[in-house]
Amino acid sequence: MAYSVSFNLTPVMDPDFGNPGSDDTAQDSICQLLWVSKSSLECGSVSLGTQEMETALEDGSVSPGNQEIETALEDGSVSPGNQEIEMALEDGSVSPGNQEIETALEDGSVSPGNQEMETALKGGSVSPGNQEIETALEDGSVSPGNQEIETALEGGSVSPGNQEMETALEGGSVSPGNQEMETALEDGSVSPGNQEIETALEGGSVSPGNQEMETALEGGSVSPGSQEKEVLTKEDRLDKQVGIVMEQAAEETLQSREESKPLVRNRWSAATLKVLSCMPSRSIGCQSAIEVASKRTICHSQQHRYHLQTPNFSHSTRYSVRRNGIEVAPEDVNEEEDKRQELANNLQNMSSGERVRMLRSMPICLSEKRTLRKLAFSGQSGQSLLSREVPCNRLLNRDLRQCLFASLSLFSSLQLWRVPLKRLGCRFGTGVLSYFLFLRTLLLFNIFLFFINGLFLVLPQAIHPPLPQAIHPPNPVKSQLVLELFISLITGTGFLKYTVMFYGYYSNSTINTSWGGTSEPQVMAYNIPLAYFFSTGIAFFITGIVLIYSVSKSFGRSFPVFKSHGNLAIKLFCFWDFKVSKKTSVRIQSENISTQLKELLSEVNFREEERGRLERLCGMGFYLLAWTICLGSTFCWVLGIYSLTAKMGNTLPNEAHLLVVPGVVSCGNLFLPGLFNLVSWMENYSSPSVCLYVAIFRNLLLKFSILGVLCYHWLGRVAPQNGGVDTSGQHACWEDLVGQELYRFLLMDFIFTVLHTVFGEFLWKLFSQRVLQRRRKPVFDIARNVLELIYGQTLTWLGLLFTPLIPVVQIIRLLVLFHMKRSSLLMNCQASRKPWRSSHMTSVFISLLCFPSYLGVAVFVNYTLWTIKPSSGCGPFRNLPFMFHSGKQWAHELAKGNPNLDWLNWVHSNLVENPLFLFLVAGIFLMVIYVHAQVLDGQRRVMDLLQEQIKNEGKDMKFLITRLQDIHDRQPAPSPALPTGLQQQGSEVRNEHDVCGV
Amino acid sequence: MGTTASQLGKDLLSEYQELTFLTKQEILLAHKRFTELLPKEDRTVQSTTRLSMEKILSMPELKSNPFRKRICHVFSTSDTKDGSLTFEDFLDLLSAFSDSATLEIKSHYAFRIFDFDDDGTLDGGDLEKLVNCLTGETDDTRLTPEEMRQLIRNILEESDIDKDGTVNLSEFQHVISRSPDFVSSFKIVL
Repeated sequence: MAYSVSFNLTPVMDPDFGNPGSDDTAQDSICQLLWVSKSSLECGSVSLGTQEMETALEDGSVSPGNQEIETALEDGSVSPGNQEIEMALEDGSVSPGNQEIETALEDGSVSPGNQEMETALKGGSVSPGNQEIETALEDGSVSPGNQEIETALEGGSVSPGNQEMETALEGGSVSPGNQEMETALEDGSVSPGNQEIETALEGGSVSPGNQEMETALEGGSVSPGSQEKEVLTKEDRLDKQVGIVMEQAAEETLQSREESKPLVRNRWSAATLKVLSCMPSRSIGCQSAIEVASKRTICHSQQHRYHLQTPNFSHSTRYSVRRNGIEVAPEDVNEEEDKRQELANNLQNMSSGERVRMLRSMPICLSEKRTLRKLAFSGQSGQSLLSREVPCNRLLNRDLRQCLFASLSLFSSLQLWRVPLKRLGCRFGTGVLSYFLFLRTLLLFNIFLFFINGLFLVLPQAIHPPLPQAIHPPNPVKSQLVLELFISLITGTGFLKYTVMFYGYYSNSTINTSWGGTSEPQVMAYNIPLAYFFSTGIAFFITGIVLIYSVSKSFGRSFPVFKSHGNLAIKLFCFWDFKVSKKTSVRIQSENISTQLKELLSEVNFREEERGRLERLCGMGFYLLAWTICLGSTFCWVLGIYSLTAKMGNTLPNEAHLLVVPGVVSCGNLFLPGLFNLVSWMENYSSPSVCLYVAIFRNLLLKFSILGVLCYHWLGRVAPQNGGVDTSGQHACWEDLVGQELYRFLLMDFIFTVLHTVFGEFLWKLFSQRVLQRRRKPVFDIARNVLELIYGQTLTWLGLLFTPLIPVVQIIRLLVLFHMKRSSLLMNCQASRKPWRSSHMTSVFISLLCFPSYLGVAVFVNYTLWTIKPSSGCGPFRNLPFMFHSGKQWAHELAKGNPNLDWLNWVHSNLVENPLFLFLVAGIFLMVIYVHAQVLDGQRRVMDLLQEQIKNEGKDMKFLITRLQDIHDRQPAPSPALPTGLQQQGSEVRNEHDVCGV
Repeated sequence: MGTTASQLGKDLLSEYQELTFLTKQEILLAHKRFTELLPKEDRTVQSTTRLSMEKILSMPELKSNPFRKRICHVFSTSDTKDGSLTFEDFLDLLSAFSDSATLEIKSHYAFRIFDFDDDGTLDGGDLEKLVNCLTGETDDTRLTPEEMRQLIRNILEESDIDKDGTVNLSEFQHVISRSPDFVSSFKIVL
């Protein structure tokens, strides 16, 4: 089977060769066989592929790559340059052709010849020199040396370079590497190869001969002295010597064949290199797209799929060749057409949605995609002539698709703050951007809360205000109107208390609305308590679902299942932030990466320096001290707040007094984190992430213990004391009191954040720049700012039950915060030098928002709904023992009115009131989690096994290639006068040609 | 905006929308930016109109990127390998760097960008060039040859699963999949 495949493919593989003789076929059959053997290895049948390959190799039909070229040269039908360059490009390791120059141009780098050429190219003046160089390169005189080109260009004279080159080529002179070496040897330097090679390497012009030399020399089997003598006598001898050395090195590798040694490609001959470059894993381009496509079309039989896959292989190589700028022969175009057709057929077998997704996710260029799309759709329309429903269906699909796209683009055009976010990202990178994205997420949450509450609760109540005698708005004195307004806005008292803002305003009645004209009015009853209960409950419920979903999603993304072995590769491949485009930020990022790489390297070098016992004891002491300070100060602060609230509760409410508690709490939130920062500076943690987590934990502990105390204060003290009718005969409303308090907290927190931004960032920048004469600007503290956002959101959620419109306050706060922080950042701060694992931290913050914050609020709200008696004189739940009774009452009423709805009552009493149901749900939930954890564990084990298998595959591949090389070396060389080791050089080919010509 | 929309054509626009990860607005914006870079006298974008690499790299989004030339080369369909981009190539570029592009697409193109010699694997030379691009050109940020050698050895140790001395595409994607930050950082917003 493998044979047939390989022979089928031969013309596809090597259409450029003038007359594909038996050698070509053999060459390609090795190619194919290796590939086939690899695939068969993947299938698990190891021996078959190897055997076949060996037989193929032992046929004696194998020849090194150069022979083909040689024959081609003899025929004179094909220009060898293209071939050679093609091979070189495929190999990637050989310097000669356009590629080298191009890479050199890309680097803008070292060797003067290339630079010259670059300038010449940039100048746009196509001097004849360049042309000649190009032609020279195309001629196949591959690495005649940048030197000569350089001299030609430097001389500015056109003809001499050309002449020189021509003479050099006509003289059949050896590869430039050897020339250079010769001069070096003549200079009398002792270890010639290495030096020269090193300079060559630095110059970036590495010819393969040198590389091989280097490896051979590194093998340690060459004595420079003897080499020198021989080389000095004659060039050909040098060649021989190098060849022998090469053979020795190859033998050594064969003998040792260490498994741990990586597969160094430079040691292989041209044929092996070609085989290596043909390996499917290295041919990128259409390959992956086609593989994905063919993977999805399950309907094909195995045979068919095999048939599909094999041409794909050739297609991909063709593709990569084409990309490298080599002319494609006409038959290739046909071939390509076929492949495209095949791919289009593959696509046609999918549903249109999947097809679009597939096309979009193919890593091929857009024009190719368009042709594919045309093919895919045209083919289907041809098929659909059989049945008339299909085009209609397709049309509909297309319309739907367009509709979907239109709505999606509409949605994304609503995307908030695109331009400012882009600017921030350009300047500060992903870390700071994550703060603003978090802010945006919170904003969306609050808009949702506002939407639910506003639409279902506030709007109906505002349209039908409660009866005026139910509330007693005070009549403000006209002269002090502005002051009153200000005070009530700050404290939430005054006129603000008697608006839809707070709980107390809402009535416990049912609104009866009639519409539908006067002739046939339809009456709809709208139960405000029920609306209050359900809108709050549903808002919380949906928020919780969204939060849990996003937490699980972000955890799934950012926490890898398997343990990582190291960070160096990740740093290298994933660290660059392509968003950053400001020049100074790019520089900072470069410095950042450089220092991090150096640090990581030094860490690898000195794994763990043993610290002395005393030192460790000292460190422990510092940790202990730091933790004592932090926990102690937190505890004292919380205790202080506790006693303060107790004291404030006893005094008469006064506007100024009202602001004391929020002010003190916000003050503590501002200054205690500073103290924590100071303390952590003393601690000197080894890893920055530990430091960060400790800081987050301390801040969180502070904020949430204060909130806990406050919640206790509200529910334990305020609620029972202010539930009934107070001494002055007015209805006291503890819900209003708590709501106002939360409103004040939110406001105060906002004011203190503004103060911190102004003083902490702006004035500090001025201070450090003017007074301390430092050039550096302060760095934006992402963790602290995000924690502040979480704190604010917690306050908002806490207040939602008592202040239905508190999301509005939060929305305004967030909007102002965004613009303030943005301008403060752009004005005062600079990009951070510390690494910030943004997606990891985002998931940490989302989970913090979910776990202590949302969960705590949920507990608070549920406790309030289920166990606290609402005030009897105000609000929608007056006269009810508990808030949740409104739902029960409604169910009762419904059941009374309509006996069919009796089940609702039953459901309510059994599911909502019965704790057994909750336990059941929780138990199922826990079981699901357990099963998932088990599955994960199993997957991890499978992954370990698979990784082991990949390692074995690699070993097998290495073994096969070494074997191939071994057999290849044992073959009688095609031209015995020359060693095989150096045959891959282009100029060497010419040399050979001369020999053969003689 | 209106003129560009009419210039691009409705069918073409929807086709582009279908084939790339870009939204309509993004495509129109890309078209606008592309047209602005064209010479003043001839501002009609044909499918064969090419912008030279220098022109593309004059955009502020790419100007300071150390991989800018590689990006152009990877997305260029030019036969002469000069890194020039047609409008469709430009859309390809933006699509790969867009928000909604999948991890597979992003890692594929990242691999191509990092594969400096276009041979399909990341070998020592590619890694060295990559490190040099990342650390910048100044002497104090550049790694010493010894550090470089060690770094490359360690990276190959970490990521080269089949131990063939190079990092191929799947090994690269394996590394990428361990870093969730990649998707958010491999982005260029127009």
